[in-house]
Amino acid sequence: MLADQDRIFKNVYGFQDWGLKGARARGAWDGTKGLIDKGHDWIIDQVKESGLRGRGGAGFPTGLKWSFMPKSDPRPSYLVINADESEPGSCKDREICRHDPHLLIEGALLASFAMRAHTCYIYFRGEFIRERERFQAAVDQAYEAKLIGKNNVHGWDFDLYVHHGAGAYICGEETALLESLEGKKGQPRLKPPFPAGCGLYGAPTTVNNVESIAVVPDILRRGATWFSSLGKPNNTGTKLFQISGHVEQPCVVEEEMGIPMRELIEKHAGGVRGGWDNLKAVIPGGSSVPCIPHTECAEITMDFDALSAAKSGLGTAAVIVMDQSTDMIKAISRIAYFYKHESCGQCTPCREGTGWMWRVMERLVKGEAEKREIDLLWDVTKQVEGHTICALGDAAAWPIQGLIRHYRHEIEARIDARQAKVGEYIEAAE
Amino acid sequence: MAVRRLHPDQPETFAFNAENLAWANTMITHYPDGQQASAVIPLLWRAQEQHDGWLPEPAIRYIAEMLGMAYIRVYEVATFYTMFQLAPVGKVAHVQVCGTTPCMLRGSEDLIAVCKKKISKSPHDVSADGNFSWEEVECLGVCANAPMVQIWKDTYEDLTPASFEKLLNDFAAGTPPPPGSLSGRQASCPKGGPTSLHDYCVNSDAPPGPANSGADGPSVIEPAVAAAGATGASGVAAEVVEQSAGDIQDADRPKGLDGPRGGQADDLKRINGVGPKLEETLNSLGIFHFDQVAGWSPETVAWVDNFLSFKGRIDREGWIKQAKALAAETKT
Repeated sequence: MLADQDRIFKNVYGFQDWGLKGARARGAWDGTKGLIDKGHDWIIDQVKESGLRGRGGAGFPTGLKWSFMPKSDPRPSYLVINADESEPGSCKDREICRHDPHLLIEGALLASFAMRAHTCYIYFRGEFIRERERFQAAVDQAYEAKLIGKNNVHGWDFDLYVHHGAGAYICGEETALLESLEGKKGQPRLKPPFPAGCGLYGAPTTVNNVESIAVVPDILRRGATWFSSLGKPNNTGTKLFQISGHVEQPCVVEEEMGIPMRELIEKHAGGVRGGWDNLKAVIPGGSSVPCIPHTECAEITMDFDALSAAKSGLGTAAVIVMDQSTDMIKAISRIAYFYKHESCGQCTPCREGTGWMWRVMERLVKGEAEKREIDLLWDVTKQVEGHTICALGDAAAWPIQGLIRHYRHEIEARIDARQAKVGEYIEAAE
Repeated sequence: MAVRRLHPDQPETFAFNAENLAWANTMITHYPDGQQASAVIPLLWRAQEQHDGWLPEPAIRYIAEMLGMAYIRVYEVATFYTMFQLAPVGKVAHVQVCGTTPCMLRGSEDLIAVCKKKISKSPHDVSADGNFSWEEVECLGVCANAPMVQIWKDTYEDLTPASFEKLLNDFAAGTPPPPGSLSGRQASCPKGGPTSLHDYCVNSDAPPGPANSGADGPSVIEPAVAAAGATGASGVAAEVVEQSAGDIQDADRPKGLDGPRGGQADDLKRINGVGPKLEETLNSLGIFHFDQVAGWSPETVAWVDNFLSFKGRIDREGWIKQAKALAAETKT
């Protein structure tokens, strides 16, 4: 288990003071000026060397992303922090923003400096109202202490503005987020051009997840090698895991990347309800990734590479645990409804496909279908996947593919049961 | 996508009050010159807050004018984002029940049933007295505290149908409880006590360290918890471990049998909280019958709790009471 001194988010549960005094006592804002004095490129190199991969789901190397920003450009550069945490199962950014906000503010300053940006926007999901208020209070403290703002003690003019959405999952997609931040509907942009070339207001922009930014001060203070010594090669560092569903003690906890799934669930979440043998399936990275059946759960580790080898993904490390009592078809159908509800309507395969897939799923829940429709459904998921501007189409297709891959027998059994019932009814009528 | 339309009955006009107008003018300065349209969502949201929790059509026009935007651009923002309520909502509470899979797995359907019973049959219909309305919403990002609802700005977490019903009653009586978990745990900390960061899971403004984990000990951690969570604990916590380990006497170990009486063990899995694995472990301690469990003294419970690294689960799940009932049942 990760030692407490290696944990970055020491106030993740909010037992302690979230404010500047408490944050300083836990090590935030310590020697920040010294880090800035080492220069833009040093910071980017350190983040690259640490092996930090984006914590928002895709796992793109953060340092590499930063290096795409132009070094001299007449346009202003922007850092935009994505606090539009809406992936079902995810609830980590909320804890950072309300309990350890200064880590994020300090990270925003350091990241903005590295990318030569003087302005940063943080985009909260609309529902996180209290989190936003708390974070704004922390920003006000930082302004007052001259840690950020014009002519601050760090010698890099830096403004941080809190912005918010109003209930649209799609705004977690970086270009939809930029559209929304510009005051439009959140509909993703075609790429290229990528945000680093043409982002917010047509200027160079980098969009990063809250957790990716909040870990940066600790990486720089303790050294890239400290971070990269944790976890596994190519999957370094610590990660906030969120365990929900059928466990004894659902919780959020920081652990080392690559921790075995079983250890994570049993050590921190009190184990699967009714014991490990009562496990049915796990969705390891938020609703977008395919589920893993219990037979594979005992050995698997929680990192990007191991989970993608198992045809799933780490995503946001939101572990949704389902025990034997779970109706898998219904659980996945509810996820299908989620994507139907959240499709922005821009691309036809997604707008029409998500609704179509959900309606078929609802029939499968009741068994009111023909077996050949399972293949048809599979085929449609393949037609949605990869044929849309953003990844929402993929995200809608994958959970259903995971269900068919692992639980086809359950779908077929339900269809059989339903047909047997109908048969009895007809016989009785005759 | 959801089809969303404006309500047929609209007020004549809308204007920000003085406070909100000043706030809006500051908000606009957060964006570069010529990009004031960026403020549209925050301004619409403030308008909704001012107007009893729903967004009227005149507010859309008012904000379009304020930001120099075409009416249609603001209209499409208002209809695209689902947090904008386009029809009146309950005056006391508009309840948003999260119904997405992580909450569904932990019983959000039962909460929706409560809404249907106590508020109105269909979502968005305001209750007869005009005080309550409800809707099912998509994931609210509080999955480790599922199931949960949001009412206005606050979330109420770790709900059961009973505690949710009480919550609605409290709102009706004008005495809503403090927001957060209604099961009494701190944020998303495991309910049996923290499994990490023991030094930091202490309510205190002072920096953590030996100074405030002295005589009284960390307030939220019971000795048994510290003993179980010994791995990774710092020096201070380790001391606590040694002391409390001393309190656990081997004499308190439950007296086991060599085998089940009459070769027929009770099905210990009938105790809510005991699964197949735990049953095996209990059998290995020589525990085969409900009456054995029913006869445990508090010290024995502490011993078993410590042995299983349970952090008080036996008490929480009421094993003794359950076992007594089951033992009585098997005798008859």
